[in-house]
Amino acid sequence: MSHGLSFDIAHMLAGGLVLVSFLMLYQDRLLALLHVLSLHAVVLALSVAWQAWIQDAPHLFITAALALGFKAILIPMVLRRMVFQMGIHREIETVGGIGLTMLAGIALVALSLEVMLPVTSDVDPVAREDIALALSVVMIGMLMMVTRRNALSQVVGFMSLENGIILAATGARGMPLVVEISVAFSILIALIVIGVFLFRIREQFDTIDVEALDRSRGGQE
Amino acid sequence: MKGADVLAMLHALLAQGVQMTVILLLAPLLTGYVRKVKARLQRRRGPDLVQPYRDLRRLLGKEAVIADNASWLFRVAPYFVFAATWVAAALIPTFAANLMFSWSGDLIAITALLGSARFALALAGMDIGTAFGGIGASREVMIASIAEPAMLMIVFSVALIAGSTQLSTVAEYMLSGAAGIRVSLAMALIALLVVAIAENGRVPVDNPATHLELTMVHEAMVLEYSGRHLAMIEWAASLKLMLYISMIACIFIPIGLAGDTNSPLGNAVGVTSWIAKMAVLGAALGVAETAVAKMRVFRVPNYLGAALMLGLLGVLLLFVSQGM
Repeated sequence: MSHGLSFDIAHMLAGGLVLVSFLMLYQDRLLALLHVLSLHAVVLALSVAWQAWIQDAPHLFITAALALGFKAILIPMVLRRMVFQMGIHREIETVGGIGLTMLAGIALVALSLEVMLPVTSDVDPVAREDIALALSVVMIGMLMMVTRRNALSQVVGFMSLENGIILAATGARGMPLVVEISVAFSILIALIVIGVFLFRIREQFDTIDVEALDRSRGGQE
Repeated sequence: MKGADVLAMLHALLAQGVQMTVILLLAPLLTGYVRKVKARLQRRRGPDLVQPYRDLRRLLGKEAVIADNASWLFRVAPYFVFAATWVAAALIPTFAANLMFSWSGDLIAITALLGSARFALALAGMDIGTAFGGIGASREVMIASIAEPAMLMIVFSVALIAGSTQLSTVAEYMLSGAAGIRVSLAMALIALLVVAIAENGRVPVDNPATHLELTMVHEAMVLEYSGRHLAMIEWAASLKLMLYISMIACIFIPIGLAGDTNSPLGNAVGVTSWIAKMAVLGAALGVAETAVAKMRVFRVPNYLGAALMLGLLGVLLLFVSQGM
């Protein structure tokens, strides 16, 4: 079945976003993970900009610019500085079984497609697909937060999850600009809070491995 | 049957024969070329381009030393591997599509032929009962157990796009430009590159030039072979490299591929573009091999798992876009 070029490009960019999410799941070095996070945001910005072009909605260009500026440049830069300040830039995270995590990710993608496609059967195909793939990005972000033990990679998982939400919001026409800007700034606030938190955790436990939190709470090993 | 039909059939048979001979004769040259590119990148002069031919001639002239406890399997396996690989390579449209046997040029058949060749070689590796043969065989099978599903996923995504698993049809579909921009196709390409590197035992997975037993995969498996048997295996390895590069060229860059073998101009363009593609992709392989270091054997499943995942994701995305 063939659709127009605009559909193909939207499909490519949204699919690319899912792919970069998988790259993130695969990557176990912190600095490389931050590079993948920037790439994720760049793909998101391209995708949003394409939506703005085909929907003829200029305010989406602002969203794209916000994604590019905040998420592709500012947030990874701040996180990178944190990594260097904490001296964990050489650390390699032990992820329990990349293969298994990847398979779980694929299952989540299949699940979100299975859930979203029947529900949205009477919507414009571009929006429909964007929403289905956006849900997969959100799911993979959650999976990332669940499977990682390092607090910093959990933050990266959270940021990618948020990117998925933006993708969904741009696919479904009519998100007001005010909401978008406030979401973008709330992410920045979240970043500051998270940063303070990370340093507090590190002060207390000498590590940002969340296992340490479990132990101090009295959880079993 | 009328005279014209007989003539047409003869022509088709001739074209098929030419294609089979060309791929057989040029395969060692490609291996020599990749070696040369690597050597030049490492600022060595490197062996001659025709060195693989000399090696083959020397090996064919030498006596084959066979272990006392080797069974018939050990003696038969090299010929079987060579034959299966050659048939698989002959099914790939190199310079022209729609050759006589192209109805059987099915991606799944090619995967199966290569799989059975690998099976025979792994059995032969274990046959004489040396430790290295066993290590090589078990590693090869470990790699295959992930590489083959990944290959099938790639086949599925290409087939879903082109509507056929036949290489000639796929190449023509890609040539017609009807495929458009597809992210699944890009994923399939990356996965195919990863699988091709693993299948041919190229650098991140296995080093074709290694003599360090602990890291060998393919070389460990064929350690006990000598003489004409080794020649068959080496030739089959060159053929396999050619096969994969031709397959990548024919699916993803089918530019210049002749639709049939009837026009001399089309054939000339087909042959020229095919050789150019081989040269470019072979050089790219040399550069890639020089740029990366060999990975630990236990990291290979992760590397191939990524290819499997890409293939699966590509198929999933295709189902989405085609389901609407």
